[in-house]
Amino acid sequence: MAKTQKNYSAADIEKKANQIRIDIIKMLEHAGSGHSAGPLGLADIFASLYFKILKHNPDNPDWEERDILVLSNGHCVPVRYATMANAGYFSRKELMTLRQMGSRLQGHPERQRLPGLETTSGPLGCGLSQAAGMALALRMDKAQHRWVYVVMSDGEQDEGNIWEAAMLASKYHLNNIIAITDRNNIQIDGPTETVMPLENLREKWESFGWHVLEIDGNDVEAIIDACQMAKAIVEKPVMIIAHTVPGKGVDFMEYDFHWHGSPPNHEQAIKALKELRTLGGKIRSEHE
Amino acid sequence: MNDLHLAKRALTTEPIRKGFGRGLVEAGKLHENVVAACADLTESTNMHFFAEAFPERFIEIGVAEQNLVTVGSGLAAMGKIPFVSSYATFSPGRNWEQIRTTIALNNQPVKIIGSHAGLYTGADGATHQMLEDLSIMRAMPNMVVLAPGDSIEAAKATLAMAKDGRPTYMRVTREATPVMSTEQTPFQIGRAYVYRKGTDVSLITTGTMTYQAMVAAASLHKDGVNVEVVHVPTIKPIDHQVILDSAERTRHVVTVEEGQINGGLGGAVAELLGENLPTPMIRIGMNDRFGESGRPDELLKHFGLTAAHIAMTAHRLLMDHTGHKH
Repeated sequence: MAKTQKNYSAADIEKKANQIRIDIIKMLEHAGSGHSAGPLGLADIFASLYFKILKHNPDNPDWEERDILVLSNGHCVPVRYATMANAGYFSRKELMTLRQMGSRLQGHPERQRLPGLETTSGPLGCGLSQAAGMALALRMDKAQHRWVYVVMSDGEQDEGNIWEAAMLASKYHLNNIIAITDRNNIQIDGPTETVMPLENLREKWESFGWHVLEIDGNDVEAIIDACQMAKAIVEKPVMIIAHTVPGKGVDFMEYDFHWHGSPPNHEQAIKALKELRTLGGKIRSEHE
Repeated sequence: MNDLHLAKRALTTEPIRKGFGRGLVEAGKLHENVVAACADLTESTNMHFFAEAFPERFIEIGVAEQNLVTVGSGLAAMGKIPFVSSYATFSPGRNWEQIRTTIALNNQPVKIIGSHAGLYTGADGATHQMLEDLSIMRAMPNMVVLAPGDSIEAAKATLAMAKDGRPTYMRVTREATPVMSTEQTPFQIGRAYVYRKGTDVSLITTGTMTYQAMVAAASLHKDGVNVEVVHVPTIKPIDHQVILDSAERTRHVVTVEEGQINGGLGGAVAELLGENLPTPMIRIGMNDRFGESGRPDELLKHFGLTAAHIAMTAHRLLMDHTGHKH
């Protein structure tokens, strides 16, 4: 039997999420380019997935019984790299190669470079339909005990491909898909509701035949509960609209769409790391 | 050529897409991981034979070509060999980037079938006459590009694709066209075949145009021109050896394709010869323009994709470069 999850508590996972955020800041500062807000906002979701929800094996990324995690918004891949390193897929030292020549950690994820990525993504709107193909294949193989998770952004739902996939998953009752929308309300050009209004997002998904759950996407317990509940919905695919704070954990980045596609510089990184290491100023760092 | 077992006379006609349809059923019988998806053109692309034979392995996507190929990528990720079909103008016309990212760069063995390619699509007009597919797909790393010459070859190509682990695009056509090959004629992905040996000029052709070139070769023969016809069903990876050998023998090349001359077979051959064996050549195809509605025979004549036009072009090349009037 390959490795499944250890029994991490919610508090353990919150600590993992904090370490992931620290790694994200360090990686992005070192790389000198990349996206800050999305990965920080997704840290709680990725920590929950890799340390509680997913059936997976860092020692055998191609384990045939694993759950599949598709990252549709490939630009948020720093959170996946940081989480995978913390979960033991590779050393945390390798995180500092992000976006460099020859690195397995490409600016946007490439399946063939790094075991465990499942697909190549970046151009938006393609993850859900790949997840639908995977879910259909698992059904043909009578392997529906394996789940297909897909993390997608809110801004990418401007893409028509998403809604083509939404219809298909609904038509085929792909209840082995659990989709998570990172509803952080920002995209490159500004707030999602200014660039291209998505609301009423919940009603959109419901009218496309999906079961929708809405949660605080920075609440580890809520994330775990929602994924558990999603597995109990047998009639429909499930969309979890996870409301997250973009830039979560770093005060000067939170809610600011300008941080969507920018990395911190050295001074900003020091400030961010100090804040993260003291858990938002709530505790005194041992280094102080 | 006897060793190629080409049909000798009394050619039958059959749409190339029908060969794909037959081949896919065979591939389905041989490989249980072969699955299929279509974007609301199941009968038109002749995928209905597979859908009827293996309903549990067929997915109807609806009119959504971006979804078609990305679902295909997901199926392949789980170990399936997905064949995804639509009209070539929509797939790979509309969904090129999805193919690039989720199939080519992602290196998943999805088999993209673009039907109703070329002028043979006829009365539907320019919107539906895909003429750029070979060019746009040939530009994509990791992608194999096929254009079989008749229905029998299309069936063989389909079986070969099912066993080949690479992302692949195959163009097929709508109208019944002459069947030149037989069950015994060899086909391998990556190989070009000398359908007729000659010494004066090489007609290097693909898809439906190989038949027109064979007819042109017969008429040129009557005029004393000894023509070689090289059939190139694999546009990428293109067969360097067979094409270079032929160009070396004849020193004159005419390429013929039912598509844009920019970047397709003509482009591929020009690149190959330009770098290795500069040879006088003329590309026949659509000359940087769109088609229009009409009967296929009218359109082929209007745009110069007939045996007569090929023969005339070969004469012109020989006159310009040898000074001899044949």
